[in-house]
Amino acid sequence: MASDGAGNEASAEVGAGDVRAVVGALPDIGRHEAGGWLVPGAAALAIAALPLVLSPYAQDVVVRIAIYAIFALSLELLVGATGLVSLGHAAFLGIGAYVTVRASGDSGGSLALLLPLAMGGAAAYAVVVGALSLRTRGVYFIMVTLAFAQMAYFVVHDTKAGGGSDGIFLYVKPTLAIAGKTLLDLGERMPLYYTVLAALVATYAFIALLLGSRFGHALAGIRVNEQRMRAAGFSTTPYKLAAFVIAGALAGLAGLLLAVKDGAVNPELLSWHESGAVLLMVIFGGIGSLRGAVIGATCFTLLKELFQSEALLGSLASHWQLTLGLTIIAFVAALPRGLIGLGARLRVMRPGGLAKAGARPSR
Amino acid sequence: MDFATFLVQCLNAVQYGLLLFLVASGLTLIFGIMGVINLAHGSFYMLGAYLAFALAPWFGDWFVTRLIVGVMLAALFGYVLEWVFFSFLYERDHLQQVLLTYALILVFEELRSLSFGNDVHGVTAPGWLTGGFQLGGLMEYPWYRVFASAACLVVALALYAVVNRTRLGMMIRAGASNRDMVRGLGVDIRRLYRIVFAGGVALAALAGMIAAPLSSVYPGMGSSVLIICFVVVVIGGIGSITGALIASLLVGFVDTFGKVFFAEWSGVGVYVLMAIVLVWRPEGLMKRGF
Repeated sequence: MASDGAGNEASAEVGAGDVRAVVGALPDIGRHEAGGWLVPGAAALAIAALPLVLSPYAQDVVVRIAIYAIFALSLELLVGATGLVSLGHAAFLGIGAYVTVRASGDSGGSLALLLPLAMGGAAAYAVVVGALSLRTRGVYFIMVTLAFAQMAYFVVHDTKAGGGSDGIFLYVKPTLAIAGKTLLDLGERMPLYYTVLAALVATYAFIALLLGSRFGHALAGIRVNEQRMRAAGFSTTPYKLAAFVIAGALAGLAGLLLAVKDGAVNPELLSWHESGAVLLMVIFGGIGSLRGAVIGATCFTLLKELFQSEALLGSLASHWQLTLGLTIIAFVAALPRGLIGLGARLRVMRPGGLAKAGARPSR
Repeated sequence: MDFATFLVQCLNAVQYGLLLFLVASGLTLIFGIMGVINLAHGSFYMLGAYLAFALAPWFGDWFVTRLIVGVMLAALFGYVLEWVFFSFLYERDHLQQVLLTYALILVFEELRSLSFGNDVHGVTAPGWLTGGFQLGGLMEYPWYRVFASAACLVVALALYAVVNRTRLGMMIRAGASNRDMVRGLGVDIRRLYRIVFAGGVALAALAGMIAAPLSSVYPGMGSSVLIICFVVVVIGGIGSITGALIASLLVGFVDTFGKVFFAEWSGVGVYVLMAIVLVWRPEGLMKRGF
């Protein structure tokens, strides 16, 4: 990533290990989770085998979950890794989706072209929003990101170029062809399934490697104590902006996949309900854990599916927001550290478990 | 654009800005004093509008009485809500406050849907405020809008007086600048919080009740107001009442004239204004201070 290089220049005189020296021991994300790469790898293989046993409808749900997991992972890079709470992340998902549909036109597009366009479009807006909103911090940052997402919402909702409140259809799904031979047609079920899965694996691995790198350590340092990082000579804003732009680009990837899967886009993709929902996924799973983001996206999507199911809940299904809202309140009140934290909690509750589980991390 | 049209648009801008101020002032006070970011604040505006709709058959033309009863009900609601819900948020970080108040919006929206349905309702202005006055021969400006501006202005002045001239206001200002010190001096900070929160809810609900005859009463009216109010708070500076007033009027003018000049892109204007302020003064026009 070009932005990574910019960060390196900004503080070339500070060596890789020095972040630790500056802010002390860092609770790394994704590195010291039980099982290392084993658990995510096994999970990916299991998902790859799922179409053997699942109905087409259930496969559809899995694809949606995987797309939202990419979206949640991209936000985790901001919220969990850098400590930036953005409430406008849906804007980047929506931009990725709208760019995909607009660039496909009536005759369909090539994935090789759409992918950089969708991610680049989202990243470009992230550069603008990031440069402005990173001038603020804390609760201001929350409000400013929300406001700029709303601006993007108004653009697609109100203007002809944006397609208006009904959205736009994607008539021909993208393909990937080399020398006239079609390698991948996302209009079919199986290629889409495995493309989404591959995108999820790639996103997960990319963020995990990023967080393990020097760049990731700098982000962790900023999250734990930005003041001290600055005092040690790190120019923190380029790092935060780089994280913001990378997160935006990855959300754009999720947007592309969502547009292809649904075959349509509408302004609700950019709405602040969507931004709130993805923040919830991150929290649901547990902040500070990549696995948590995936688990959170899974649980949230399944919960929504459950609360909207008329077969299970009858007339209550039409009021799913009520059940969802009450569940969120109960959940955040009872499990402030998310589902990942649940495991630690249970360990503590076991006899003699307190010493093993150790002190709670600083966040 | 002739002069009369210009004048009408100016009056509309002021009226919209003042209405925004009522909602935003509560939001900025609650944040400034309690440090709670409240996404559900827009719901209180919606609550006010639906209160106006629900109370209308009971009071007929007793419009002012209806407003007063509605405000008292809203304040009572705010007082109880702070007690059973928000008082648990102070210890939590911003992230959890965002989520819990986001969940609260879902609950409020669904309760609204259960009790009033999803239709758009109209609320009529009282008989003695129908009609309007002539402006420049052809234009007529409705009396109800004049009343709305005047009522908001009176409330804004009253708010200013309470914050700057009373003992309660002194405690509010002190609480905003140093919470622990105020607690140390023996002020019951929990009660102060409860009063400020109830006041914020009452202000937002009053704005909703005043707006109901102008904009009708519809689902989702709270969230659009909420986001504009965030813009107001960011422009004005968190915790500053004066800043909120200036920013509300600015937003009112930009929004109203944006709709006149750039119909299609009018939704963007307010956010461009915010972007300019962020570049120029990231901490808002007014630093904390009243």
